[in-house]
Amino acid sequence: MKNLFRYILTRTLMTIPMVLILLTIIFVVLRLMPGDPVSAMLGGHAPEKVIEQKREQLGLNRPMHVQYADYIWKVCHMDLGESMVLQQEVTVAIAEKLPATIELTAFGMLITLVIGVLLGAYAADKRRTIRDSAIRLYGIVVYCIPVYWLGLMLQLVFGIWLDWLPIAGRTGPRIFASDFQNTGFYLVDTLLVRDWEAFRDVLIHLVLPSFTLGLTLSGIFVRLTRANMLDVLKADYILAAESRGIPHGRIVYRHALMNAFIPILTMMGLQVALLMAGAILTETTFSWPGMGRLLLERIYLRDYPTIQGVIIVFALMVAFISLLVDIIYAIVDPRIRY
Amino acid sequence: MKYSMAQGLSCPVRFFARMGRRYGVEWWILCFGAAVVLAIILMALLSPLVAPFDPYSQEAGPQLAAPGGPHLMGTDNLRRDVWSRIVFGSQTILKVSVLAAVISSFFGIFLGLVSGYAGGLADRILSLVMDAVYVFPGLILAIALAAMFGPGVLNITFAVAVIYIPTYFRLVRGQTLAIKQELYVEAARALGASSLTILGRYIFPNVIATTVVVFTLNVADAIMIEAALTYLGLGLPPSIVDWGMDLAMGKKYLPSGMWWLITFPGMMISVLALGFTMLGEGLAEILNPRLLER
Repeated sequence: MKNLFRYILTRTLMTIPMVLILLTIIFVVLRLMPGDPVSAMLGGHAPEKVIEQKREQLGLNRPMHVQYADYIWKVCHMDLGESMVLQQEVTVAIAEKLPATIELTAFGMLITLVIGVLLGAYAADKRRTIRDSAIRLYGIVVYCIPVYWLGLMLQLVFGIWLDWLPIAGRTGPRIFASDFQNTGFYLVDTLLVRDWEAFRDVLIHLVLPSFTLGLTLSGIFVRLTRANMLDVLKADYILAAESRGIPHGRIVYRHALMNAFIPILTMMGLQVALLMAGAILTETTFSWPGMGRLLLERIYLRDYPTIQGVIIVFALMVAFISLLVDIIYAIVDPRIRY
Repeated sequence: MKYSMAQGLSCPVRFFARMGRRYGVEWWILCFGAAVVLAIILMALLSPLVAPFDPYSQEAGPQLAAPGGPHLMGTDNLRRDVWSRIVFGSQTILKVSVLAAVISSFFGIFLGLVSGYAGGLADRILSLVMDAVYVFPGLILAIALAAMFGPGVLNITFAVAVIYIPTYFRLVRGQTLAIKQELYVEAARALGASSLTILGRYIFPNVIATTVVVFTLNVADAIMIEAALTYLGLGLPPSIVDWGMDLAMGKKYLPSGMWWLITFPGMMISVLALGFTMLGEGLAEILNPRLLER
């Protein structure tokens, strides 16, 4: 137990340099690249004096290293500055949108895991058969379908032609979020106030976006699970279990899958990047009011502090999730220690 | 002696069948991928011959006509022919994705070789930076870069290229570290070969084989990222014909059921990415069966 805590502590400390490097990369990309935020925001024809004034106000005419230190200092204090276009703290804007993105990605991940892991395990069990090849083909093809196009096609089929599911937003026209809004996670909020009609509405709005996100990522998990299951199914303890007469299905989906799941868990950490990229595109397709939409809207408005803030939050999320995955890994597998 | 047509054809046919028997499904995956990629490259090169209409012409046909008749894939809201825009759009996406993969492989391989070979503090720092970029969502980085650079073919190419440098760097650096320890490298050093010779003549040729597969898969990924950026309205000026931009434009007509405006551009993005992926998968299995197992 003591070892585990030492591992968690060390691993947490190791996250700090990674976050610092990510913050530095963001700073470099947004500040040192050609293109000046102020003249970009005010348009090319703003008078020199106005531009200078705005730069002064935003602290952009200080030396680069001072700006950098100031930037890191502020991020450490969870201060992401104020929007350049709206009179609004960036953290407030993000706090408003973040739950929508988390709700979407969590459900997307759930669908990916269920489809990807089960199909992958099934394919490994039936290896070198037609069904195995079909599932592998599914894995390759689905990986090559861009998430935004899949979203549009699902909208077309289930939203327009069949008219079963809504294609945009988090709630329908007759449901007002202000009636139940509390945490920002609409599913939780509607449950808290026991508004079943709103709960159902929120849930059906979640179906298409989360399936879009989940299906496109499931291809990778099919392949990962299959490869790991193939290794595990060759192990001696599987043979031993077979000889003891344990039902085949139980061996594959209980014994083998549990053991194959540990490497899959580590890979999940790496897929977080894909999940977030997918979420941004899915949000755009489904007019989902989350972080991705916020980022793009503010890019069109050239609102640099907000753009920077959103990207920082994404970076922190990546670092946090990879930390979390490693810690879960250490808890599940006691061999992983420093 | 006379050769018949059938005899001439039987030679390549036998070759294909033999390879198919030796490598199984992977060979056919490779062939399928190569065929798709070749077809689309040909389409891009011969665009003016393949496309029935000018992709910019706003008098190609009626507004928002469904597929059929002279318009294989229908027309859009500006009365332009969708199929002609698909044909010309292939040029943009191929140019950007292949060029981006070339740029990132060049920098990635170069930095990976030097960093892995030289070692020391610079290598440690570079590896940390590359790892950080590697775990960061590539699309978000590309969005930020594309937003900073502004629209343009070279700008979007560079924005896409940056996010793949760590992939090559990590692969090449790892292999360089391993090959550096080999006996033949030591022998070369003992004979007085310079670092440049060792890197160029001994390490680089051994590293390049695996990067071929990664390059192909990288192009497939770059295709989807390029189209994603233009779908989001970033990266290219509206005067360029591009599948991602056509998809974004078609999205507006989705609620009124104009299915052809989104179906065809999106399908082409998928097919092109699938072609490169299958090419890469097939190559990987045939060149190095253990590479993609994880």
